[in-house]
Amino acid sequence: MKMAVPKRTRIAIKAKVRPNSEADGASPIVPPQAIAGRTLVLVIAIMTFLAGFTIAVVSVIDRAANAWASDIGREVTIEVRPLDGVAISGEVEKAVALAQEFPGVGSAHGLSDAETQRLLEPWLGPGTDLSALPVPRLVVVSIDDATAFDAKALADAVSRQIRGGSVDDHALWIDRLSAMASSMVFAGIGLMMLMLVALVLSVVFATRAAMAGNRDVIEVLHFCGAEDRFIAGQFQRRFLLFGVEGGAIGGALALLAMAITAWVIGGSTGRPGADQLEALFGRFELPGTAYGLVLALVVAVALLTALTSRLAVQRSLSALD
Amino acid sequence: MIRFENVGLRYGTGREVLSDLTFSIAPHSFQFLTGPSGAGKTTLIRLLFLNLKPTRGLISIFGKDTALLRRADMPALRRRIGVVFQDFRLLDHLTTYENVALPYRVLGKDEASYRADVADLLDWVGLGDRKHVYPPVLSGGEKQRAAIARALITKPEFLLADEPTGNVDPPLARRLLRLFLELNRLGTAVLIATHDIGLMDQLDVRRMVIEGGHLEIYE
Repeated sequence: MKMAVPKRTRIAIKAKVRPNSEADGASPIVPPQAIAGRTLVLVIAIMTFLAGFTIAVVSVIDRAANAWASDIGREVTIEVRPLDGVAISGEVEKAVALAQEFPGVGSAHGLSDAETQRLLEPWLGPGTDLSALPVPRLVVVSIDDATAFDAKALADAVSRQIRGGSVDDHALWIDRLSAMASSMVFAGIGLMMLMLVALVLSVVFATRAAMAGNRDVIEVLHFCGAEDRFIAGQFQRRFLLFGVEGGAIGGALALLAMAITAWVIGGSTGRPGADQLEALFGRFELPGTAYGLVLALVVAVALLTALTSRLAVQRSLSALD
Repeated sequence: MIRFENVGLRYGTGREVLSDLTFSIAPHSFQFLTGPSGAGKTTLIRLLFLNLKPTRGLISIFGKDTALLRRADMPALRRRIGVVFQDFRLLDHLTTYENVALPYRVLGKDEASYRADVADLLDWVGLGDRKHVYPPVLSGGEKQRAAIARALITKPEFLLADEPTGNVDPPLARRLLRLFLELNRLGTAVLIATHDIGLMDQLDVRRMVIEGGHLEIYE
């Protein structure tokens, strides 16, 4: 009589018999279940996410700062202060004519009363009669060729020939913007380095734990004549997979978080805060290089994880002597 | 091939567990190592496959003074020595086939180059139909045979076997002994550590008797 084998027993037996181990490739020498892989993948994903998000934010700020500097750098302003006994409109016309003759200048345009009024409207209110106020007049000079343009020569000429005239080339603003953007970029790089150091330390601990849990495997490999680099390679292979998995998850989440942030900010256009953000940073979109950098980060995280585990194993093995 | 001169070993500051061992193992030789439990057989075997360093004396393996060996030199020497452990040391997450093929994998060989050899050896030790089974479901005797197959697969120059017949019935023990003899006939020096007097009585070969850390040799 044939005895019926309970289903649970059949499953247990099946799990301990591999149908054809030769045909479907060799099992990994370091057993995957002996490493706290899920935890490590989670740690790698979190670190990659934070580093990726930092890269994205820094990219947006860097692009915005470059845009500000470029916009401001393409323009200088001639300011003509009102002086007693001097017809300011005549001085403005002279300033426009003077600027237009300068090499590198594309156009020069004196702001009309109406334009000046619009500029001052937030402070003075609508319908203010400017002729009754000692308000300076501005000439906006657009620069076509920055290499040919000499801001200092224009400033000298204006101070000599235009009464009450002076030139503002926005150098102070550009310097401050540049310093702020550089600080943000350095802070971002610093944060990212700290995260990568934390990642390396996590991998070192995980590798040591994996080695402790696989001491019997390492001993048998040594008895079989395995070199340290072979053993390190087995661990490296396993950790590379963890690095790829964790890095890909973290990188994808970072890009997703940026997309959601852009969508949320885009959806609130028209509100005062959102308008100010857009005025500062432009449209909140990731530059193309940020995608490339996040992808490079994922690859770097995977390689760093594998390399760290290899070095940790080799160091531990050499300490066995 | 193997030479011990006044070798002593102590663990920490304790007494010497092996004292003044002086002997040689010649190529193609066959010997038993015996003695009561705790006499130092396993310790001597560990010295022989470079798992321990002596506290004094000289050990020369394949002409190399082990005191002068660098860590990087050891794998090449260990590959010339096959070891069968008393507790088998099979890797539970690898199949029987993969356990036996492990020394080839360590050498970086392509599986196609050794598949037939491994299958033949598994058939020879009676595990042909158990090659896809993981060690936890093998019996003690089957594990023993798998461990022996792993030690023999690369045809080592020197085979060390610690109680290789401890978990098998007498007919299989005789069959395994024939396997060791066949290997010896093909040029491998064999040292079998055993308590089994019946097994030793089957062969008129050199006996190394260790007791209280001292070695007596009966040629």
